[in-house]
This record gives sequence, C-alpha cells and structure tokens, in this order.
Amino acid sequence: MVLAMHMSDGLVNAPTSLAFGAVAVIGLAIAVTRARADLDDRSAPMAGLVTAFVFAVQMINFPILPGASGHLLGGALVAILVGPWVGMISIAIVLAVQALWFADGGLTALGTNIVNMAIIGVWTGYAVAVLLRRFARRSRPGLLTTAFIAALVNTVVASLGFVLQYAIGGAGGASLTTVFALMVGLHALIGIGEGIITAATVGAVAAVRPDLVHLLAGSPAKLELRRAGPHPEPSGSPDSTDSTDSTDSTDSTEATTRGSAS
Amino acid sequence: MNRPAPTGAGRRQAGFLLGFLVVALLVAGGLSYFASPDPDGLDSVTLNGCQVTETEAGEQLEGTCIAQNAQDHALGSSPLADYTVAGRDGTVGLAGVIGVVGTLVVAGGLFWLLRRRRPGDSAER
Repeated sequence: MVLAMHMSDGLVNAPTSLAFGAVAVIGLAIAVTRARADLDDRSAPMAGLVTAFVFAVQMINFPILPGASGHLLGGALVAILVGPWVGMISIAIVLAVQALWFADGGLTALGTNIVNMAIIGVWTGYAVAVLLRRFARRSRPGLLTTAFIAALVNTVVASLGFVLQYAIGGAGGASLTTVFALMVGLHALIGIGEGIITAATVGAVAAVRPDLVHLLAGSPAKLELRRAGPHPEPSGSPDSTDSTDSTDSTDSTEATTRGSAS
Repeated sequence: MNRPAPTGAGRRQAGFLLGFLVVALLVAGGLSYFASPDPDGLDSVTLNGCQVTETEAGEQLEGTCIAQNAQDHALGSSPLADYTVAGRDGTVGLAGVIGVVGTLVVAGGLFWLLRRRRPGDSAER
C-alpha cells in the first residue's frame, strides 16, 4: 500500500504548475502579513497544534465507496478555529511537510495543491462559515451545522481547483467532463466525512475553550454580555452591532458572490 | 525575563493544548493503522480507466488514465517516504508521530515568531 493523498508531479504541464506555484507564493506572502493580527501568545500555540492535528487527521483515509476513500482537507476546520490567514499558512505547512518529508504530493505540484487546499479550500470554508456565523453563535447545534456545511462545501469547491488546473494544462488521459463529474461526485461524499470530522473537532474545542474558536471571537452576544452584566437574554440588539462590523459585511458579500458564481 | 508564575488560566491553557496534542498523536500514531488503503478521491479520478496490476517491477497501469502521466516522487527514497520509517512495514504509526511532532515544531515555531508581542514584552527588550 502506498499512501498518497495529493497531486503528483506530471498530472498538469509545467507552465500550469509554475503559474499556480506563483499564485501560491503570492497568496502565502499576503497571508503571512495578515496572519500577524490573529496571532498572539494565546492563539499562536493553538495554531501550531491545529496544524499538527490537520497533519494527523489527513493520514486517516475513510471509505466512501467500494474501492475509494477520502480524507480531510481541513480548510473549513482551520478557518473556523484559527481564521483564514493563519489557516492558509497551516494547510500550506501540512502540504509542505507531506511533500518534503513523506514524499506525498509532488514537488512541482506543491503550488497546485496549496492553491486547491490552502487557498480555495480555506477561503470557501471561511466564506460559508461567515455567512452562517449568526446561526453558529446562537446555539451549539448551530455551530456544529455551520462547521459541517462549511467543510462539505470547502471539499467540493477545492476539488474543482484540480478540475480547473486539468482544464488549463492537464496531461490527458481522461476527458474534462469525466474529470469534473467524478471529482465533484466523489468529493461530495468525502465532504460528508470532512463535515463530520470538522463539526466534531470544532464542537470539542468550543465545549472547553470557546474563546479559542476564531469564528466566534468578538461575538456580539459576548460583548453584549460583558457590557450589560448578568442579563438573562444576551440577544439585545445584535443587528445594530453587526452592521458596524465592516469585516463581517464585506465577508458576507464575498461569500454571496462566490455562492452565486458556482 | 521575570515571567509571572503560571496562573490558573495559564495552566488551563497548557492543559488544553496538551490534550489537543495527545489527540493528534493518538490519531497519527494509532488510528492511522485503520486508515482505508483504497485510493482517495483524487487518485480514484486519476486512476479511472486503468487497471492496476502488481508486478515485480511495481504497479503497472493498463488502459488509459491520467495517472499514467504521474511521475515518481523526487524524494521517493527519503527516510519517511510513503508514511513509513525507512520503508519498513508497520511503521505508519511511528512515521505519523514524527510527522505530528515535526509539523508542530515547524508551524508552532513560525506562528510564535509571527505573533504580536504584548506591549509589556517589547518594552522589556
């Protein structure tokens, strides 16, 4: 048995690999500058552990169909727990460790793998999670459902990254229609597993340390609680608080645009 | 230098992180033995159209599929290649533990360097 989970070298041509490598480098450079704002003495160790956890869980291929398996990609998981910028770096580190130490994922394919899982996967998961954030803050089932949906969508959309790369510079061997249909079909099934793992992990962290869940940080309900003291109903006026949160509304718009485009 | 003694919150944080690490180590070191050996989603797609036959020279692909274009990994003979230790059977758990610790050191180190220092910390320097 050879455990291999990511794109090998040679599946797409050199110019395509190079172009997506450049996109990966630019994306990660931006992520490094933006991640600082989300990293402090408390969240930095958490981010390191989340990265190690993603490495561990990616090793666990679960069966989806006779003869086919899937594994976690982790985009929504890291976006919800440590935020999209830190999350991008997390997934990129996992992919680099796998390619450089474990011979999993080709070296020239590292750029395409990073674009698919660390950029497309993380941002899709984040966009869906932000879109459902109000729901996620309301109750534990809301949070778990948000994590599940964000992870399911991130898996399917990340798989479309390969379809795109194959369309641009695929080495051949199968028609684009076949590749598209199989990738989406299989990853819809894998996404269910990804959703369950993501919901379970986010649920476990939120149960003991809700303050370490990035998606819930700066929660209007929590701020309201702190200001108003021991009020039984923290739901005061979350709408007015939300509308002043500019990042929130930008993210939601982004998510809506993406949603309608795909 | 004069770090404050660990507070209740600090100990709680350390306990939580330690628990998280233990879970990751158990997953990579133990659960990995139960992982499905079947090709994952992407590999299933790239192998679609081919029959995989085991020969003495390794795996042969018959038919037409994307995976026929795949090249061997440039670092395929590295000590941890294919999640084994030196290619030995039954070492996936050990390889996984090494991977978790290595990933933690790389990621934890990078994130620790990138973090915003507290105002008090920078004033001491």
